[in-house]
Amino acid sequence: MKLTLKIWREGGVYANGKLETYQVEASEHMSFLEMLDVLNQQLIEEKKDPVAFDHDCREGICGSCSMVIDGRPHGPQTGTTTCQLHMRHYKNGDTIVVEPYRAKAFPVIKDLVVDRSAFDRVIQSGGYISVNTGQAPDGNAIPIEGDTAAKSFDAATCIGCGACVAACPNGSAMLFTSAKVSHLGLLPQGKVEHERRSQKMVAQMDKEGFGMCSNVGACEAECPKEISLENIARMNRSYIGSVFSSE
Amino acid sequence: MKWILQFFTSSIGQKIIMSLTGLFLILFLTVHLIGNISLLFQDGGASFNAYTEFMGHNPVIQTVSKGNFLFIFLHAIQGILLYFKNKSAKGSKYAVSPKNNVSWASKNMALLGTLILAFILMHLGHFWLRFKFFSDMPSIAYDGVEILNAYESVSIIFSNPIWVICYLIGLVALSFHLWHGFASAFQTLGINHKKYTPILKGLGYGYATLIPLGFAIIPLYMYFTN
Ligand code: HEM
Ligand code: SF4
Ligand code: FES
Repeated sequence: MKLTLKIWREGGVYANGKLETYQVEASEHMSFLEMLDVLNQQLIEEKKDPVAFDHDCREGICGSCSMVIDGRPHGPQTGTTTCQLHMRHYKNGDTIVVEPYRAKAFPVIKDLVVDRSAFDRVIQSGGYISVNTGQAPDGNAIPIEGDTAAKSFDAATCIGCGACVAACPNGSAMLFTSAKVSHLGLLPQGKVEHERRSQKMVAQMDKEGFGMCSNVGACEAECPKEISLENIARMNRSYIGSVFSSE
Repeated sequence: MKWILQFFTSSIGQKIIMSLTGLFLILFLTVHLIGNISLLFQDGGASFNAYTEFMGHNPVIQTVSKGNFLFIFLHAIQGILLYFKNKSAKGSKYAVSPKNNVSWASKNMALLGTLILAFILMHLGHFWLRFKFFSDMPSIAYDGVEILNAYESVSIIFSNPIWVICYLIGLVALSFHLWHGFASAFQTLGINHKKYTPILKGLGYGYATLIPLGFAIIPLYMYFTN
């Protein structure tokens, strides 16, 4: 299939950034990233600068493949990362606009690559359990109610891709931060530090310059792992509770 | 005391201000509408005038009313602050605007709020300002006691179609604001539950429809029956 791509180029000769138009011949069996690989091969052969984009696992688990495709982070397929989006969802003659994530806290490094180290610093501020693990504990030594374990697991599926921030009209990182807070806070081992963790992670999130949550829900709609807004409410509860009850 | 300041300047703290003041205003609107229903009684304004007389001279009501002004002010200032902070946190815009089915109201709360603020200022200019500070307002005597004829002032305003339209526009903005705002306020407070959130959402849509509709009936009724 023949496609027209309009891709945001920034850095190098494209100092202020602009949309550049390219033609590419792709097959429906390719993933979106493989289609971009074909374009880049073409650009290299023409002695042009290939399009920079982030990717790593290409199997939907690392969260690297950040880009906004036709106005949607990770493209039109819900619950899917860009690397898992296949070209069979497009047809011959389609025009596709590809842009980097847009948020003040995620500055563009080059083309489609943005700096998401703000997320790392949010994790470093409290997204851990500070006990020595010692030997691996027995699987079912601590009883955990099934629904609670499932909720924690759902939150733990967050791959830190940043699509929530990209989708949010306020550039807010509440869905990501609350997924991390919930994932640990719901389990007995993480509960001990739950409230302190909420305070620290929210403080770091604010410091990074993310926006405030208006409960729009665009994050939940675009999250490739379908993380629920329930997590945001849970984080708000523990944050409010801890501010007023801690000494 | 540093912690209080820290809380109310944090992202969640600032949203708590919006949520609590918003919920107070929701409560206020309910009481306000119940009182104003008396404008529809066909008694030449006797019940409405008695109601305004009571509201205007009851010390408890007067204190709550001062709180109400404060909360509108806080909600508006904080809302406008949020708007600018969020705009700058987003930075630049996408070339293609996102096509997800999130509600229009949720993304335009500041615009709707500004319309409501303009409405509130007009509304205060029409009634509160005049009742409080103008000496030549019409009065009426009941059983020999002379009181303000608030009903008369209201019917003068609502005999002008331009004012009636302005009120209706303000109420449409309010309806959209609450369409998102009602349930949003609970989510901000951390209230999200499989059983209760659908009920709260339903209540919110009901409130956002019925309360503005109730308010809208008053100018329309008075305009067409005058
Ligand atoms: C009687 C009038 C009003 C009522 C009942 C009301 C109610 C509410 C409620 C319940 C919320 C949701 C709070 C939350 O998400 O936690 C809200 C949000 C908001 N209100 Fe109002 N409001 C009123 C007037 C205004 C005015 C005058 C402004 C002035 C600009 C305003 C601006 C905003 C903004 C910007 C938000 C969104 C905050 C955010 O989530 O980012 N509102 N309002
Ligand atoms: S919450 Fe969803 S969209 Fe946000 S970082 Fe995690 S996986 Fe990505
Ligand atoms: S490349 Fe790892 S999730 Fe897409």
